[in-house]
Amino acid sequence: MVRTVTRLLLLAALLFSAVTFAESQRNNAVIEGSKAADLDACVAPTDFMRRAHFELIEHQRHITVHQGIRKTDNSLAGCVNCHVAKDVHGTFLPVDGANPVTGEQQFCAGCHEYSGVQLDCFSCHTNVPLKAGK
Amino acid sequence: MSEKIDQNRREFVSVAGKAAAASVVAPGVLLHSIAHAEPRAEPVTDAVRYGLLIDTTKCADGCSDCVSACDKENGLDLLGKPDGATDEDWARQKPRWIRTVKVKDRLSGHVSSLPLMCQHCEHPPCVDVCPTGASFRRADGIVMVDRHTCIGCRYCMMACPYKARSFIHENIKVKLSAVPRGKGCVESCTLCVHRRDYGVAGTACADACEHGAILFGDLNDPNSDITKALQERNHTQLRADLKLNTGVRYRGI
Repeated sequence: MVRTVTRLLLLAALLFSAVTFAESQRNNAVIEGSKAADLDACVAPTDFMRRAHFELIEHQRHITVHQGIRKTDNSLAGCVNCHVAKDVHGTFLPVDGANPVTGEQQFCAGCHEYSGVQLDCFSCHTNVPLKAGK
Repeated sequence: MSEKIDQNRREFVSVAGKAAAASVVAPGVLLHSIAHAEPRAEPVTDAVRYGLLIDTTKCADGCSDCVSACDKENGLDLLGKPDGATDEDWARQKPRWIRTVKVKDRLSGHVSSLPLMCQHCEHPPCVDVCPTGASFRRADGIVMVDRHTCIGCRYCMMACPYKARSFIHENIKVKLSAVPRGKGCVESCTLCVHRRDYGVAGTACADACEHGAILFGDLNDPNSDITKALQERNHTQLRADLKLNTGVRYRGI
C-alpha cells in the first residue's frame, strides 16, 4: 500500500516537473535581452508563429524578391532584428548559434536543433542585424 | 552600321514616348516610387523602367571607382579567396558585378574603356534558359536572380552575351541584410535594387563616378535626365544585333 502511494506520488511529481519544464520552455523561448522578450506576442499569436512562421517567411520572400515589397511585418530581417540578443559586451549573438560563454542556444537555433529541422535561411541571410540598405 | 543604330534609336524613342503617355495616365504610381523615402509597400510596376547611360568618352582609362563602389555597396568586398584556390583561380572566378572592358576598333585603332555590367535586357537570354524560373525580370525592368529557386546550374552564365553573371563557389561568412548571398547561386548587377525598394536615389556606380560617365534613371520618364540625354544624342546598345533592347546604353563606342 505504502509502495503504491509512493509510486503514485513519484509519478505525480514527475508529471508536475514535466509540465513545469514545458511551461518554462514556453516562456523562455524568446531570448532574454532581445526586443521580443518585452513584447506580448510576435506579429501573430505565439502558437500560430510556432507552427507556421516559415509559411509567413516563405510567402514574404516571394513578394519581396519579385514585387519589391519591403514594408512588411514578415521579413526575415524583422525576425532577426527583434529576436537577436547581445552578449555582455553588447555584441549581437547570431540567432542561429549559441552564446559562446553560457552555451545558451539563441532564438532560432534553440528550437531548430531541438526539433532537428535544418535551418537554411542563414546560409545566405545575415544572422545579426545589419543596417537595411547597407 | 550607323543606319542600324539610328533605327534602333527611333524604335526606342517611340517606345519611350508611349511609356511617357502611360506614366501621365498613372502619375501617382510614378510619384510614389520616386518621392517616398520609405520601404516599398506596393508591388513594382512597369510604369518605370530603370536603366543606365554610360558615356565611354568620359570614362577614364585605368579608373575603377565604379567597380569598388559596387563591391562595397553589394558586399562583394567581403568575399575572400577560398582555401586552396590559387590567385589565378580567384582572379578568374571572383564574383564581380561590373567588369572594366576595353574595346578597340581594328581599323582606326580607337580604344574605348567602359564598365560592363548586366545590361538589364527587355528580352533577357538568362531568363529564357533558366530551368527553374529563378532568373527573372522584375516589372520595373531589373533582371535578377531569385536565389531561393536558383539551383546553381549556371546555364544563365553561358547564355548571357555580356558575361555579366558570377557564381558563388564558397560559403559566405559576412553577409549584408540588403544583399543576401550564398554558396551555389548565380548573381549579377541588380541596379542596386535595395536602394530602389528603400527609396534611396541613384546607384553605387553612378554616385562613385567622378567623371560623370554613368547616368542612372527611369527610361520611361520623359523628364528624367537619362531620357533627355538619350534623346539628345546618339547612343548604342552592346550587341544590338541580338535585339535584346538593353536597359544599359552606351555612348562613344
